[in-house]
Amino acid sequence: MTSVAIVGAAECDLGITNKSILTLQAQAITRALADAGLNLSDVDGLATTGTGRFPATQLGDYLGLQPRWTESTFAGGSAYEIMVGRAVQAIEAGKASTVVVSFASNQRSARSRKLGGVVEEHTPEAQFEQPYDVLHPISYYAMAARQYLHRYGGTRAQLAEVAVAAREWALLNPAAFRHDAGPLTVDDVLTAPMVSSPLTVADCCLVTDGGGAVVLTSLDRARDLPKKPVRVLGYGERSTNMSMTLVRDLTTTGAREAAADAFAMAGITLADIDVLQVYDSFTITVALTLEAMGFCGPGEALDFIAGGRIRPGGALPLNTSGGGLSYCHPGQFGILLLVEAVRQLRGECGKRQVPDATIAVAHGTGGIFSTHATVVLGVEA
Amino acid sequence: MVPEIPAADDVTALWWEATKERRLLVQRCGHCGAAQHPPRALCTGCGRMDGLTWVEATGRGTVDTWTAVYRAPRPGVDVPYVIARVALEEGPILLTRLVGGDPESWQIGETVEVDWWPAADGRALPVFRRPSA
Repeated sequence: MTSVAIVGAAECDLGITNKSILTLQAQAITRALADAGLNLSDVDGLATTGTGRFPATQLGDYLGLQPRWTESTFAGGSAYEIMVGRAVQAIEAGKASTVVVSFASNQRSARSRKLGGVVEEHTPEAQFEQPYDVLHPISYYAMAARQYLHRYGGTRAQLAEVAVAAREWALLNPAAFRHDAGPLTVDDVLTAPMVSSPLTVADCCLVTDGGGAVVLTSLDRARDLPKKPVRVLGYGERSTNMSMTLVRDLTTTGAREAAADAFAMAGITLADIDVLQVYDSFTITVALTLEAMGFCGPGEALDFIAGGRIRPGGALPLNTSGGGLSYCHPGQFGILLLVEAVRQLRGECGKRQVPDATIAVAHGTGGIFSTHATVVLGVEA
Repeated sequence: MVPEIPAADDVTALWWEATKERRLLVQRCGHCGAAQHPPRALCTGCGRMDGLTWVEATGRGTVDTWTAVYRAPRPGVDVPYVIARVALEEGPILLTRLVGGDPESWQIGETVEVDWWPAADGRALPVFRRPSA
């Protein structure tokens, strides 16, 4: 349990925006502050990445702020779950009173995404991996999927359920990139163009613009603000690898320890979770994360998700926005996992609302299963 | 075909030099016996900087996992090609390519042996193929 709450949450424009990163950041932050009933002048803590070499300082400059506390951990898609933990610590330590965690990207408009990824020349990966023309990160997830399906005898069709379920949720979310695209079938996934076998285009997340922001403050102060406070109950993280060769078994990930820490801190068990937001960079990411969290045993995830369990109306509502696969994927989706978790707990999700949700979990994954961070959020019933 | 490989550094220079003679090296720690790749300034097994030596690998290994790539990350790369993790007999796993044969024909656990792709600067990249009969 912590004494800190999320009091504001918002998306910036999503999809294909033709706007700059800092414009999108400004949208997300001002919308989240308005949602919280707060002003920019209330903000004394900033956490972000993706705005430059001095990420939070760059953003502070743009907003006209000189924050008392900043945080710019670069951890890819899980950074924003990590930052929630850091923000809680700062607020509890009296080092900040109102923290904004934000991210935005215009990667679709700017055509800045590269199949080979971004490899820095001074790293071992530049010498020992990049020369083989590995697709980064896709080929790593593809090799994890290959290992997983081989070891446990699963099929690509079973794995496709992750993408099919995500589309079902997106059809209920007007903000989703694929909202009007109609249902996705298993056959659609299997027959989509292969990118890095066994993963097709439909096993891979979208490439879009987008982003969001959440505002955190003390629970005491949160009670005087307009929206129902969403309390941070627990958090945990792990950092495991940068290279494609360090992790011996590609079917197990650092999500196991990150989630275990977060659940222990929150004092919850899996049965307490009403709605789950799991980074779905690829279909395999969700399968391995569910196993790592303990929802089922090794090799059981594909049976576990069958039969509609993670679809609308299922027993484990997962990625209710439509996820990175069908809603929005701005390169670091972790911020939007938090935004959707907050909205579900406040009951703001319209057709896709999970009834009476009081506990939500957001789990971010960054890089090539490199970073892992879990946040447990709750509201009073 | 082979892209420009970044310059070697203080730790990796000997490893890359050996590729000019088509020898595949791995680091082994004289204190704890751990083998590792890529080369580092310290042993990840025991943390010491003073015990690392070079061992010539047999060049034999097994396919840990693989993927066939159908979209080239840069112009001039022919697809499909096969990216793989190969576990060397000495222990370390290499990120590499599998060459020869149908790209979708590879099997996890299959035995492979090293082959070399020459780069323009005289160095070479280790790749793996099915053993000659």
